[in-house]
Amino acid sequence: MNPNLQFVQGNEAIVEGALYAGLRFYAGYPITPSTEIAEILSVSLPKVGGTFIQMEDEISSMCAVIGASLTGQKVMTATSGPGFSLMQEAIGYAVMAEVPSVVVDVQRGGPSTGLPTSVAQGDIMQARWGTHGDHAIVALTASNLTDAFSMTVEAFNLAETFRTPVILLFDEVLAHMREKILIPDPGEIEVVERLRTSVPGGTDYHPYLAREDGRLPMSDFGGVHRYNVTGLFHDMWGFPSNDPAVAYELLHHLVDKLRNRADSIAHYKEHFTEDADILLISYGSSARSALHMVEERRKRGVKVGLLELQSLWPFPRQTVREKCEGRSHVLVVEMNMGQIFREVKCCVSNPNGVYLANRFDGVFISHLDISRVLNMLLGKGV
Amino acid sequence: MAVKDYLRRRFFPQIWCAGCGHGIIMGGMIRAIEQLGLDKNEIVVISGIGCSSRMPGYLDFHTMHTLHGRALAFAMGVKMGRPELNVIVPMGDGDAAAIGGNHLIHAARRNIDLTAIIMNNHIYGMTGGQFSPMTPFGDKATTAPFGTIDHAFDLVELGKGAGASFVARTTTFHTQEMIRIIVKAIEHKGFSMVEVMTQCPTYYGRKNKRGSAADMMKYFKQITVPVGSKKKAEHPELIERGIFLEEQRPEYSATYLEFIEKQRAQKSTVKK
Repeated sequence: MNPNLQFVQGNEAIVEGALYAGLRFYAGYPITPSTEIAEILSVSLPKVGGTFIQMEDEISSMCAVIGASLTGQKVMTATSGPGFSLMQEAIGYAVMAEVPSVVVDVQRGGPSTGLPTSVAQGDIMQARWGTHGDHAIVALTASNLTDAFSMTVEAFNLAETFRTPVILLFDEVLAHMREKILIPDPGEIEVVERLRTSVPGGTDYHPYLAREDGRLPMSDFGGVHRYNVTGLFHDMWGFPSNDPAVAYELLHHLVDKLRNRADSIAHYKEHFTEDADILLISYGSSARSALHMVEERRKRGVKVGLLELQSLWPFPRQTVREKCEGRSHVLVVEMNMGQIFREVKCCVSNPNGVYLANRFDGVFISHLDISRVLNMLLGKGV
Repeated sequence: MAVKDYLRRRFFPQIWCAGCGHGIIMGGMIRAIEQLGLDKNEIVVISGIGCSSRMPGYLDFHTMHTLHGRALAFAMGVKMGRPELNVIVPMGDGDAAAIGGNHLIHAARRNIDLTAIIMNNHIYGMTGGQFSPMTPFGDKATTAPFGTIDHAFDLVELGKGAGASFVARTTTFHTQEMIRIIVKAIEHKGFSMVEVMTQCPTYYGRKNKRGSAADMMKYFKQITVPVGSKKKAEHPELIERGIFLEEQRPEYSATYLEFIEKQRAQKSTVKK
């Protein structure tokens, strides 16, 4: 049997993806439903010479991960809703100081302690706006474990390319379900390595001066370049500045480096969309039920398709707008009170044609739940 | 090397008020590093937020100015990322003992090889003079206009109780002692915690009528005695200075490296 073919739990697939991408440092704090990620990494990281530490809380976990990233390691932490809230200040630091880092948020029901063992997708906006101040962020998701693996690799790639924290917004169903995955051979999926400066030691190195292509080559702590890192607005040396021109330029840089590439870096999948009159838009585990319903209806000749989003932030507005053009109905399927629904309405030419099929009671949304909403839309009763 | 060779003079003048003790501590730290003959590339200085936390920016090492209270958490990551580096963590008293109190006790408990320097000026300076967990009972601050009813920590007892393996206290008046202590703290393999009592004439001094910076420093001379001195027995209100604890105990990053070596050796025999 192919040793790369494995039957794994979702959290295990995430770990496999992270190790494939070169993860060497993990700091975390136990929280359901993400804990298995920590448990598995406590075994597997030492074997590759990496570091696993359990911290005193999620705040320190995110901080430790940022510190380790500056020493040149690929880093990750994992948590769920309440822990994700605690990490927000440090995530903002990683945005401001441009430190590559990956944060897994296995979503559960909220607010507060909520429904710790139940599924939800309520952290979409927390991922977007959880930390204070204007900023841009990257958030990816997946609906099956093969994609969870590849999106985890992609999270590391984007973190390194754009020197940014990347959020992996998975959910309880995806994290705890089991599925087979075929782990790719090394080199099969591209892995982006950190871009390091070519400036020799003893020369003035500017850690925050972007190259022409917008990328900022890094230098590891402990290396030959000594520079400052701060969460304050800063100049090209990383030294604090409250010069309005410096603040304006830096904030623009932080936002534009992602916002201007929203559609070019977006990941999504299309299922039966070509001739679809009705377009479903979904992501994460709810996209499984959406696809289930689409396949059932297709058997009966209904022209319905699914746009499955894998990039949630920056939101691929242009792509969504184009894909929704000319459909009779657009139905967003998610497990919250309409967080992506609102986003879709904002970017399509006919917001009144966008509808929502959702659940937020801790129960996994089924194809029947979606079917009922679709029947109503088509005037077929409930 | 001279003191100036350790400074990023491009970023001067520094932001501290006239008479502030933080510059004295920065000078003490530089002299300690100079005495140890450490390469500048081997040193990382990580701070949180507050007056004290501006120190790393002026120092020509690998430096990081992080979040309020979280300096030790960032330092954990840096040290575990590259255990061969010397990581020094200057913090203010509010930074270390209030918002960062949890990280302080847990870093101490792990006995990770970090050098924590707590610059205790008994007040929140950057925000304009509010009481901190180190403001003595009854002293005034902008948020304690009638005197604080909070009791202060004894940082030495806190450090010992939490598991630090090197615990010391000194003041900005006793600069030679400060340098000696910081030298030992950096050399020590394990969590070192050094409290440096320092003056904030602008807020703590003014609110509590302590006079000039020089008056406040002289006061440190009057109210402190070397650890173990007879005078302390006669006058229990005096504060002891010096090294209270210096023990060799298994250090966290070294223990982890040993653990990794063992795991890698067993790798071939372990079933996935």
